Amino acid sequence: MTATDTRPGGQEILLETVSKVWGAHKAVDDLSIRVPAGTFTVLLGPSGCGKSTTLRMIAGLESADAGRILIGGRDVTHLPAAERNLAMVFQSYALFPHLDVAENIVFGLKVRRMARDEREARLKRVAELLGLSALLDRKPSQLSGGQQQRVALGRAIIAERPVCLMDEPLSNLDAKLRHEMRVEIRALQKKLGFTMVYVTHDQVEAITMADQVVLLNGGRLEQASDPRALYQRPETPFAARFIGVPPMNVLPGALLAHVDADLAAHKVGLRPEALTLAAAGPLAARVTSLEYLGADMLIDCAANGATFTVRLPGDHDIATGTEIRLGFAPQDLHVFDGTAGHRRDDLAMAAGARLAG
Amino acid sequence: MLIRSREWVHAWLLLLPALFFLFAFTHVPAVMTLWNSFYSTPRGRRPARFIGIENYERMIGDPVFWKVLGNNLWFALGTIPTSIAIAIAMALWVNDRLAGRGFVRMAYFTPTVLPLIAVANIWLFFYTPGFGLIDQAASTLFGWPQTNWLGDPATALNAVIVVTVWKEAGFFMIFYLAALQAIPPSLVEAAKIEGAGRWTIFWRITFPLMMPTTLFVSINAVINSFRLVDHIFILTNGGPDNASSLLLFYIYETAFKYWETGYGATLTVAMLAILCALAIGQFFFFDRRVHYK
Repeated sequence: MTATDTRPGGQEILLETVSKVWGAHKAVDDLSIRVPAGTFTVLLGPSGCGKSTTLRMIAGLESADAGRILIGGRDVTHLPAAERNLAMVFQSYALFPHLDVAENIVFGLKVRRMARDEREARLKRVAELLGLSALLDRKPSQLSGGQQQRVALGRAIIAERPVCLMDEPLSNLDAKLRHEMRVEIRALQKKLGFTMVYVTHDQVEAITMADQVVLLNGGRLEQASDPRALYQRPETPFAARFIGVPPMNVLPGALLAHVDADLAAHKVGLRPEALTLAAAGPLAARVTSLEYLGADMLIDCAANGATFTVRLPGDHDIATGTEIRLGFAPQDLHVFDGTAGHRRDDLAMAAGARLAG
Repeated sequence: MLIRSREWVHAWLLLLPALFFLFAFTHVPAVMTLWNSFYSTPRGRRPARFIGIENYERMIGDPVFWKVLGNNLWFALGTIPTSIAIAIAMALWVNDRLAGRGFVRMAYFTPTVLPLIAVANIWLFFYTPGFGLIDQAASTLFGWPQTNWLGDPATALNAVIVVTVWKEAGFFMIFYLAALQAIPPSLVEAAKIEGAGRWTIFWRITFPLMMPTTLFVSINAVINSFRLVDHIFILTNGGPDNASSLLLFYIYETAFKYWETGYGATLTVAMLAILCALAIGQFFFFDRRVHYK
């Protein structure tokens, strides 16, 4: 085992240059990810980015066309799902409709011929943990969405497997329940210590639950880092715009060329919440529309043909059509390379220094 | 009030054509049959007269009735489980990803499309002693002597059973195929993740979820085992010595060959009673095992 296996429950997952091709379409393209043992990793991205395919390849429900998949140091690339020693929660929950809750939860234990006493003891423990004790003899069709979700969770955790995979498990729940389950799943994972790979397209789920967010786009890795770094130091304009509501403004560098001529050939990124009203600010713009949200307001601005959004706290007396000037703190300026698209901290530092000076 | 009564009139007018044919060809004959079973057969100038349960007493004492009933039981036991098992196996196979899947599905369904009379004629050639396909294959492969499959009382009914299974399995397969495709793939995937092999997945997931189809198919198969006699006319004509005669075939012979319509009606009532009992029994038997979505 590798040195990272510090927690007792989990196993490390490694994807090495994994690809999946459907006809001419590359669903997953040369993807390499490392999921440390016992951590909570979220695969995040827009629909069609390959995140579910990646998860299904880890599960063994799809075969990888190229590359290797290792779980706990063991090459599982060509093993069937049953031999990968993992659990999975499906988006539709995939509860067996003809079996009651108890039978659904212990299905895997029965298949693996665990002794009856041990099975009953584990069922009791899991049912108490998830608050399902009173529902054990119901059929899935007699349960609410949230209860079905818990049964699916119970089936996933009862075998105490080192790896648990979840495919958009909360997308069928209402907003309030989703928040509760988010907290609960995260607590469960911390308590039991298994390695979690969790697929979602919801950035809120990703940011609130993850130790590591793996952001995918078009089957390729955009960025893999902890949620804070993803927000504070996005590596690409895509990553910058995917995280944060409203998304970061990515503007032509020419807008700030009067600050630093080096920016002209690149793109600059400024989060709406990083912009402030400043009489001597470097950015001049005209207000095109206003949206009042109570605690703060969103202002759409236009400057030299580029449009962007500003988020100001509180209520400001600004009318549509007004000319305003905006400023920002030097560390809030992001610069992305004009051709390669990656982050250019050297340019951001230089421009920041000029702004400060 | 007027509008309401007009709606009633419209409703009945719309129902009338279907009701007319339903009564004329189903309900009235059924009641008439029951009625006739208590009367003697009219002959020439001698009209039918009420004879009470005399026909039923005759039936109880009729060795041929018991013979064909036993044949029918054996025929049902021979055809139903086999054709259902083959139907499920074929459905599982053509439900998999497989090259030429559409062609195989069509091939399996062909026996259903062909008229039973034509099929029976083809099988008649297969069974021909000496130079029929089956005898030729058996003598080349195993060196077996000539066998008169349809002429021997020991094999005649079994030969008919084989034709029926061949005919029915493809038809039932279509229902199982539809049932299989209605099972969400994620259920099978979840079972795989939980460590279940193909065999376990079939017995614990797929088969229980297809139970409504099995109920439907088995009731149909039971009714068919009493109803389908076309091929007997071609293959054996009930012989030899009633070895391959079934209840409905015997009813036909009694009523339309010997013109014993009174006794024919009695036999028909007996068959309807048996069918009703079987259908109701199946519902109760399956009730606890069938999961409806």
